[in-house]
Amino acid sequence: MVSSTLNLTDTTEKIIAEYIWIDGSGLGLRSKARTLPGPVTDPAKLPKWNYDGSSTDQAPGDDKNIQDSVPHSIDELYLLFFSPQAIFKDPFRRGNNILVMCDAYTPAGEPIPTNKRFNAAKIFSDPDVLAEEPWYGIEQEYTLLQKDVKWPIGWPVGGFPGPQGPYYCGVGADKAFGRDIVDAHYKACLYAGINISGINGEVMPGQWEFQVGPVVGISAGDQLWMARYILERITEIAGAVLSFDPKPVQGDWNGAGAHTNYSTKSMRNDGGLDVIKKAIEKLGSRHKEHISAYGKGNERRLTGRHETADINTFSWGVANRGASIRVGRDTEKAGKGYFEDRRPASNMDPYIVTSMIAETTILLKP
Amino acid sequence: MALLTDLINLNLSESTDKIIAEYIWIGGSGMDLRSKARTLNGPVSDPSKLPKWNYDGSSTGQAPGEDSEVILYPQAIFKDPFRRGNNILVMCDAYDPAGVSIPTNKRCAAAKIFSHPDVLAEEPWYGIEQEYTLLQKDVKWPLGWPVGGYPGPQGPYYCGVGADKAWGRDIVDAHYKACLYAGINISGINGEVMPGQWEFQVGPAVGISAADELWVARYILERITEIAGVVLTFDPKPIQGDWNGAGAHTNYSTKSMRKEGGFEVIKKAIEKLGKKHKEHIAAYGEGNERRLTGRHETADINTFKWGVADRGASVRVGRDTQKEGKGYFEDRRPASNMDPYVVTSMIAKTTILTE
Repeated sequence: MVSSTLNLTDTTEKIIAEYIWIDGSGLGLRSKARTLPGPVTDPAKLPKWNYDGSSTDQAPGDDKNIQDSVPHSIDELYLLFFSPQAIFKDPFRRGNNILVMCDAYTPAGEPIPTNKRFNAAKIFSDPDVLAEEPWYGIEQEYTLLQKDVKWPIGWPVGGFPGPQGPYYCGVGADKAFGRDIVDAHYKACLYAGINISGINGEVMPGQWEFQVGPVVGISAGDQLWMARYILERITEIAGAVLSFDPKPVQGDWNGAGAHTNYSTKSMRNDGGLDVIKKAIEKLGSRHKEHISAYGKGNERRLTGRHETADINTFSWGVANRGASIRVGRDTEKAGKGYFEDRRPASNMDPYIVTSMIAETTILLKP
Repeated sequence: MALLTDLINLNLSESTDKIIAEYIWIGGSGMDLRSKARTLNGPVSDPSKLPKWNYDGSSTGQAPGEDSEVILYPQAIFKDPFRRGNNILVMCDAYDPAGVSIPTNKRCAAAKIFSHPDVLAEEPWYGIEQEYTLLQKDVKWPLGWPVGGYPGPQGPYYCGVGADKAWGRDIVDAHYKACLYAGINISGINGEVMPGQWEFQVGPAVGISAADELWVARYILERITEIAGVVLTFDPKPIQGDWNGAGAHTNYSTKSMRKEGGFEVIKKAIEKLGKKHKEHIAAYGEGNERRLTGRHETADINTFKWGVADRGASVRVGRDTQKEGKGYFEDRRPASNMDPYVVTSMIAKTTILTE
């Protein structure tokens, strides 16, 4: 019986590379695979590829130029290309097979409008930002839904489970729904080379969280997107639907966020707490701009209830989960460390959020 | 879903030194177990080398939202039977940021008792017989019981075999091996008198580790029932009527009891327990009055009595112990939902530290 777990290294040098990109919605992931003659570890050595932008809502124009290394013919009008940016080991195909995170360009080499990585990479290569070595730890929350009914897994169809309380980090068939997916994802990410630092069951039943970090600069966005891709591949196997909606169920049920923990070299050194406070002030002065870039539908989540701060209010506090920005007790005690921006929604684009935080706190002059 | 299982069973030691540590703690009800996992850079076998962690106490009824951090102190490490490899389970207890144990942390006070020189000198051993009931998810009726009805009366089920007598053995057997793999001193299992009810025993374990091991055994059991789609209950009297309750009989001995002349030490200890019957009962599990009725192999909750080989007594001494003049005794009063930190330390305190 031929299985998808066949180990090819005994029979061939060839490897399979799965190229992954973000589509026109800004949240949907797409991928397709190609054969390469041998193992590759450096993204710069991977060939650029192309895809049919009209199918993913991204065709920007009618450029007729076709680049080389096109493996098969496609409608010329909608050719877009992606550049490989980061390589990870493929936990599904294993062996020497790889997953490749890409961003998209026109044939002329211009980033297409939905390519948010390009601008983020510019910010992260600014000398002032490079000098500060920004670290990110992103807490990605997500909800698992039953296929077909799109109601959270474990919830009775047509009804609700008992109120929140028993589910946060809970154990047991009546408290934890979908752990298989979560545990498979944890190991798959570690295998792939993603810096996944932990997982936990969330307050709303059927909701979970994983954390990626600490990761430096642009790779935080690359790794989080790749982790999201791996998660959706796993839910596909499990027959469950993945949702990053920031408020999947109305009522007395928590929303889903992507709290972003952040520090710079100055914040991690002695005297860092003051640098942190100044950075928080700068964030406060750009609250509206950040909020508008922190994910669609966030107003349904940031209500001031369910461990959030109201969307129109900017606040910060030590160990305060009802604030926009939370500083941990450890950081307060040590006088240095990091802080947590609790505003981003689960459907945020990490390229945008991470680079915006760096831009506001490092490049913005007070 | 072979591919999902492949991923869950991935042996990471081939691709990374990193390990996953599942930190386990007891939540605000004193009975709800919680856990979350973190990545560590390499294998760890000494709990003191593990980093402290924290969790959102406002979500477990253990802290307010404006000051929600509760700190986890790792206390005992076990091998993770679910993730295997070098991955671990870590039993923790909870403190506020100032280092003071939070009110629901019963381990802290127990540890103090167990480190008292008089208690240390007596090397208290514990063997805990944990009974539990398996329930069908959604209806919360015991596993194997017809929904809306009852099985035949008790009789055939105790240590029984067969599809009409033993329900849920898969869970019990998986649990037995998982605990042995984890490094828990699980000494046995048996089917209980009430169908759908089972028992496992942990021990002999010394001092505080008895309770650490029992809590982790409970955690592993609930993870397994979660996989099986069955609900676990430690309720001491899950079904009213002519059906047995569930207890956590606690077998106990000290160095003096295990030596020549130990039987006299045992009798004196039992006397001391008798004098503090009410205090012990109050700490031996909620709802115990529904179970300790004087029927179904229990002693009435208001009565303290002991006897050799007497299953209707509060404290039972085995015939072996009587014959040899030394050994151990069994406190049959604790309910299945007792906190072993409280019970084990209380027995030590009453029998060793009280005059």
